[in-house]
Amino acid sequence: MFYREVGQFKTSYKADQSIFPILQDRIGIAVILFVAFAIIPAFGSDFFLSSIMIPFLIFALATIGLNILTGYTGQLSLGTGAFMGVGAYACYKLTTFFPDVNIIIMVLLSGFFSAAVGMIFGLPSLRIKGFYLAVTTLAAQFFLEWCFIRISWLYNYNNSGAIEVPRREGFGDIVLAGAAATPATRYLVVLSIVVLMTWIASNIIRGRIGRSWMMIRDMDIAAELMGVRPLYAKLSAFAVSSFYCGVAGAMMVFFWLGAAEVESFDINHSFLYLFMAIIGGLGSLVGSFMGAAFIWILPIIIRALPETFGIDINAATVEHINFMLIGGMIIFFLIVEPHGLARLWQIAKEKLRTWPFPYT
Amino acid sequence: MDILYNIFIDPFVQMGNAPDFLLQVLWSGFVGGTLYSLIALGFVLIFKASGVFNFAQGIMVVFAALTLVGLYNLGLPAWLALIATIGVMALLAIGVERVVLRKLVNQPDIILFMATIGLTYFLIGLGESIFGGEPKKMITEELGLPSGSTSFEPFGGLVIIEHLDVAAVVMAIVLVTGLAIFFNKTRIGRALRAVADDHQAALSVGISLNQIWAIVWFAAGIVALATGIMWGAKSDVSFALQIVALKALPVLIIGGFTSIPGAIIGGLIIGFGEKLFEIYWGSLLGSGVEGWFAYVIALIFLLFRPQGLFGEKIIERI
Repeated sequence: MFYREVGQFKTSYKADQSIFPILQDRIGIAVILFVAFAIIPAFGSDFFLSSIMIPFLIFALATIGLNILTGYTGQLSLGTGAFMGVGAYACYKLTTFFPDVNIIIMVLLSGFFSAAVGMIFGLPSLRIKGFYLAVTTLAAQFFLEWCFIRISWLYNYNNSGAIEVPRREGFGDIVLAGAAATPATRYLVVLSIVVLMTWIASNIIRGRIGRSWMMIRDMDIAAELMGVRPLYAKLSAFAVSSFYCGVAGAMMVFFWLGAAEVESFDINHSFLYLFMAIIGGLGSLVGSFMGAAFIWILPIIIRALPETFGIDINAATVEHINFMLIGGMIIFFLIVEPHGLARLWQIAKEKLRTWPFPYT
Repeated sequence: MDILYNIFIDPFVQMGNAPDFLLQVLWSGFVGGTLYSLIALGFVLIFKASGVFNFAQGIMVVFAALTLVGLYNLGLPAWLALIATIGVMALLAIGVERVVLRKLVNQPDIILFMATIGLTYFLIGLGESIFGGEPKKMITEELGLPSGSTSFEPFGGLVIIEHLDVAAVVMAIVLVTGLAIFFNKTRIGRALRAVADDHQAALSVGISLNQIWAIVWFAAGIVALATGIMWGAKSDVSFALQIVALKALPVLIIGGFTSIPGAIIGGLIIGFGEKLFEIYWGSLLGSGVEGWFAYVIALIFLLFRPQGLFGEKIIERI
């Protein structure tokens, strides 16, 4: 009734190709952006900002990175965590060498290092796919993890073996990173980067490169016959995907954790991002946000539930229930709706369009 | 030059100087290799019969071992606990087939693979909430497994061979022979191979896919139990085993996804290679190379021989 494009005529190709062709979508996204940029930092508590919103946004960006590779190009990756680690350590080294450069630039630059590493480990994808590729990404995961531990140059020969975020200022005197940075500042930085990069991703995916990725995913031989070069398509997917993961990893350390060891980039985290991508919906940007929200926020709610009902369950049990729920949800989604939450959202929108007369 | 010397000459000099130590290293590599082979065997069984790459094999190993120890701690005698665990694995197989596989027939392989990752998480949660997360001791003596060790003195040195390791190797040999006979000589084995060849053709000659899948998952469960007992006897039973189980992937890449002998040989190559490399070359890179050595070998294999040593050459090439 309200959500309907009736009467919205497009008179130019430009209007026809806009990201949100329907007026209601544009209003909706404007409202969401307004809430995200103005309301949440103004009224959200520190806990809400730094423990829910910041990780959620960072995970969403990492999931977008994985989705570019797995969802859009069809190359299964189990090494997301390691690629994020490359970004984080690269950013740490960069900011050690150039302490005066704005940290945001460094975070974005570190993505290039991660992209380069991603391309190296993406090379086998030119000959193999499926599980076989999963093994090469596992090799990346374990090899890079080992590098993060053994090459002490990466963490400046720190005794603890961890990288600790130094205090960094930018835009005048605002503290952007380090212990003194306020959650609101960090939140706004993360939000801006995520929004910008999501916008870029959506345009890459709609464009020539993105369409060649999807052709490779749907049928590589047909794509090759139609003039898509697998070499360029696959390696560019690896590069862009790792770039996104690297930036997410750098942000994770610099704007959320404050200090990080290898454990933040281990194989379990790689799986977690894969779950976010699956539950959110493979091959969907909105889905990446939904999946990240689901996997990150659901456990927080589950942890809070027993308290609100006054039931006394110890924390370990809740963790176990969490694991079971996540595993169960994965199987459920794969069986019932392999396209994830994003597809459910799409169905809901279709229903809304025709409501209340579904057959007219 | 120094580096070249360290890489190409020094390790061999060390091997020559202490042949008894080399034998000890080779033996431990052999034992490690058999255990990798056992895990890989579970993967191969399921992959052969259903084309599903069962990521959950690792957690099945942990789950089986935990069930065994848990039941024993409840007061059951060891043999009864063993039988009961086999029963639990059978239930698990039927459950997986009913709830997961049956619903996902005809889906792309990658979807099934991800479903088994989901299953892994589910089993981790279930196992931890029933048995608790802390490491447990495997009931080695109660199951009648030998302990103690024998020393040999070849080349005037000393080599210690644990009886438990011998038992592990014997058990692996028995399992593999048993499975080979089962696959090649029995009616069900033939049906399994038919299903592996072509699901539709197998269905059309009256083989029940559902039944076959349950049987295969049960067989994989038994292999998991054996692996769990042996591995649990060497170290404690804990969820960390699940990461070790991931090493079965490179083993399979080397051996080929569909070959039982391949799983064995691949496991041995990884076992030997890992130990030798860690001990003689590891110091050049800093220790801990065991963690990724297997995967890098697999990467090299993938580049030059993607179907593995014994795999069928039907691998999808691009």
